[in-house]
Amino acid sequence: MGTPQCITHEHQVLIIGAGGAGLRAAIEAASTGINVGVVCKSLLGKAHTVMAEGGMAASMGNVDDRDNWRVHFADTMRGGQYLNNWRMAEIHARQAGDRVRELEAWGAIFDRTRDGKILQRNFGGHKYPRLAHVGDRTGLEMIRTLQDHGIHQGIEFYMEFTVLEILMDGDRVAGAVGYDREKGRFHIWKAPAIVLATGGIGRAFKITSNSWEYTGDGHALAYRAGAELKDMEFVQFHPTGMVWPPSVRGILVTEGVRGEGGVLRNSQGRRFMFDDIPDLYKNQTASDPEEGWRYVIGDKDAQRPPELLTRDHVARCIVREIREGRGSPHGGVYLDIAWIKEKMRNSEAHIRKKLPSMYHQFKQLAGVDITKDAMEVGPTTHYAMGGVNVDGQTQMSTVKGLFACGEVAAGLHGANRLGGNSLSDLVVFGKLAGEHAVEWAKSHPNPTIDSSQVQSICRAALEPLERSGGESPYEVQARLQDMMQDKVGIVRKESEMAEAIEGIASLRRKAASASVPGNIEYNPGWHTAVDLHNLLVVSEAVARCALDRKESRGAHFRDDYPAKDEAHASHNTIVYRGADGAMVVERREIPAMPKELSDIIKEMG
Amino acid sequence: MGEQRQATFSVWRGDHQTGKFVDYKTTVSEGMVVLDAIHQIQAESASDLACRWNCKAGKCGSCSAEINGKPRLMCMTRLDILDMTQPVTVEPMRSFPSIRDLVTDVSWNFRVKKRIKPFKPRKPDAEDGTWRMYQADVERVQEFRKCIECFLCQDVCHVLREHHKHDEFAGPRHFVYQAALEMHPLDVEERLGQVKGENAIGYCNITKCCTKVCPEHIAITDNAIIPLKERVNDEFYDPITKLFRIFRARPKAERKD
Ligand SMILES: Cc1cc2nc3c(=O)[nH]c(=O)nc-3n(C[C@H](O)[C@H](O)[C@H](O)COP(=O)(O)OP(=O)(O)OC[C@H]3O[C@@H](n4cnc5c(N)ncnc54)[C@H](O)[C@@H]3O)c2cc1C
Ligand code: SF4
Ligand code: SF4
Ligand code: FES
Repeated sequence: MGTPQCITHEHQVLIIGAGGAGLRAAIEAASTGINVGVVCKSLLGKAHTVMAEGGMAASMGNVDDRDNWRVHFADTMRGGQYLNNWRMAEIHARQAGDRVRELEAWGAIFDRTRDGKILQRNFGGHKYPRLAHVGDRTGLEMIRTLQDHGIHQGIEFYMEFTVLEILMDGDRVAGAVGYDREKGRFHIWKAPAIVLATGGIGRAFKITSNSWEYTGDGHALAYRAGAELKDMEFVQFHPTGMVWPPSVRGILVTEGVRGEGGVLRNSQGRRFMFDDIPDLYKNQTASDPEEGWRYVIGDKDAQRPPELLTRDHVARCIVREIREGRGSPHGGVYLDIAWIKEKMRNSEAHIRKKLPSMYHQFKQLAGVDITKDAMEVGPTTHYAMGGVNVDGQTQMSTVKGLFACGEVAAGLHGANRLGGNSLSDLVVFGKLAGEHAVEWAKSHPNPTIDSSQVQSICRAALEPLERSGGESPYEVQARLQDMMQDKVGIVRKESEMAEAIEGIASLRRKAASASVPGNIEYNPGWHTAVDLHNLLVVSEAVARCALDRKESRGAHFRDDYPAKDEAHASHNTIVYRGADGAMVVERREIPAMPKELSDIIKEMG
Repeated sequence: MGEQRQATFSVWRGDHQTGKFVDYKTTVSEGMVVLDAIHQIQAESASDLACRWNCKAGKCGSCSAEINGKPRLMCMTRLDILDMTQPVTVEPMRSFPSIRDLVTDVSWNFRVKKRIKPFKPRKPDAEDGTWRMYQADVERVQEFRKCIECFLCQDVCHVLREHHKHDEFAGPRHFVYQAALEMHPLDVEERLGQVKGENAIGYCNITKCCTKVCPEHIAITDNAIIPLKERVNDEFYDPITKLFRIFRARPKAERKD
């Protein structure tokens, strides 16, 4: 093939990803008047953020004025089992409200309270109604608002481009190299500062709410550039994904269903969530169904129903019911919102108003009318708490000039993310990443691009097209997903994870010899082959970190160590690429919290 | 797992110049949607078959195509509503230039949107530095904001599809967008000149084809286009309003109904 030609672009800040985090970072950076480029794999407005349903957490106190940032901070830390970066949890809790109001100023229209303020709804792990929302399509509102605002800020957008690798100038970033999906041409973006906002890793698992985009590209790009990844063992399995028919398995059923009063039942009709309430939440949980309902309708003296416990716990209770033979016919449990007709007139209209896209999703894809019948649901891979290890204040990774925000960054959520804390995460830390990337770019202009590095990246990317007779990349991807689901899924144990690590090594050899027919123009087989390398990196990181954490905490549950262990209570798990190219796992102590923050935790019990 | 059987899909394969329908056989089972069949064909026999998708749940508007000649989202079209005794045809949206297979060049839509004057709120007027808006006042704008930019309405509109007025006419999607801005309780921008002029709402003769294909069930014609046409009429043709415009520059917020 000779030497691949590259088209070169230059920006002061390059942002990889156009979800909520990338767009917010771009808007912030562009507001300083500097030259900003945004690269994304799909069309504008199609990133994962568009799928978010339930809402965006911010302690504005519009519905319950007892709420404030300190309660939100304590809830986030408790949900994360105190492995969170406390500085990020503090910044997030303090700034989320301003970021929500800013979206309103840019044209977003959230649902309203009676007195004309932004309405907030209940969600798991949040003490008070806290999620600003628009029915169950909050992510669409957020991404469209940022998109429609962003296109007028002088930002250059590269739609349907994939970044292959970060380019380095010594120990600092110099730019990125990638290709456009339409024509398959290679591109270089020269930039002194890069913000990763690439989202998650859900495609490493078979049953997932995530799309083809979620191959952990940003995680892998950072890793190969020399950055540290953190908390990779913590993968959130959302308790409620669709289970039937098979083709929709994994598609998300928003927690908003439970926030609006939906209850979980097993095949015997029992509300099994009342059977096991963790100590950390005993005094915050309703003692009977009646109290749970009073909470849903806003009784301030009532505690929340157990369906609104944190996601890790609810997912495990569902797995227990299924394993012990009390599941539904298609291997799930029942989620019932229709029952609220016992409590309110117009319940059907109310459900359609509050959960319109769930109503359509079930009606069209499963033939179930959720205003009349229960849904069948089961856990689905949803969110990566782990990601690039960043400085809590600046969002810079351990590589100079490389920033990360949104789902690809670690820290805010610790061992388990609370629902609604992601959308707010995106805009709070997107803004900060944009701000600090500008600062860095201004003080470190003109990096040098190493063209031999570029050439070898492009040549390697083309290899699958030049080979023939190798394995199909779809086949390798499917095998990896099956293996991760079985061996590094919701319930883990040592022997299986060790097998997975070996399996990943052998799949890596297969991926290295995969071949695809066709040419370089819009060829999804080729794209899958290229993305596989990233998926393998993140799969290995998840498996190795999970193996190292010999306890159960948050989203990480081990059959062989089913309890929490103090020995693991105050460290994060870090991985990075060692000098010999192998993955190094390291435990790192979490610095002690300053007194003003630990006092909040004490006070909130 | 329900009944399994063979079915044939006649899928458009080609690039911006030429193309043809190619038949693929694959096994289908209960509950499958067209996008599942396309993915299966990719995995089994045509790994380079190009299509767009993201959410698989009708939320992102990526997977638009024409199925048996009808503009639809592939991820929301169940096979059991189609006649499976015949080959199912799957082809790209025909109102946009083809890139490859099922993928079309929809960049025109992004350019049109960028020309439309953006949201401009009035000054915050609540004591906390924000605004108050009531649910009843935002409901109709929320209907428009459900749009997932699938561009199926653009695909079906004869002004674009048959008359190729892409240079003069913004298309139903962008009337929905402009209606959302115009009816936004906080917006104070003057946009009707654009709606009438460079976006040429006058070309729309209310055939309602766009409304019929909208997967978000937005009443595009009744709730967005017709009210916009009325506002344009009031603004530019109604002699009394015209007089008003000459003598008194009225703040737009007052005109909100
Ligand atoms: C179905 C669903 C419902 C959810 N509901 C909620 C909710 O109610 N509340 C909540 O808080 N959170 C929710 N979440 C989680 C939340 O939506 C995501 O975590 C969040 O949107 C991620 O945003 P992001 O900006 O980090 O990344 P994304 O929005 O995923 O954007 C990633 C971007 O990076 C680009 N990209 C990736 N790799 C590359 C590459 N190699 N080259 C170039 N570009 C690349 C992609 O194209 C995309 O533009 C939900 C998630 C899902 C899947
Ligand atoms: S109603 Fe108007 S915009 Fe809609 S399809 Fe017909 S002509 Fe086009
Ligand atoms: S108005 Fe409806 S059909 Fe048109 S782009 Fe939006 S969602 Fe699609
Ligand atoms: S894949 Fe998102 S609408 Fe079909």
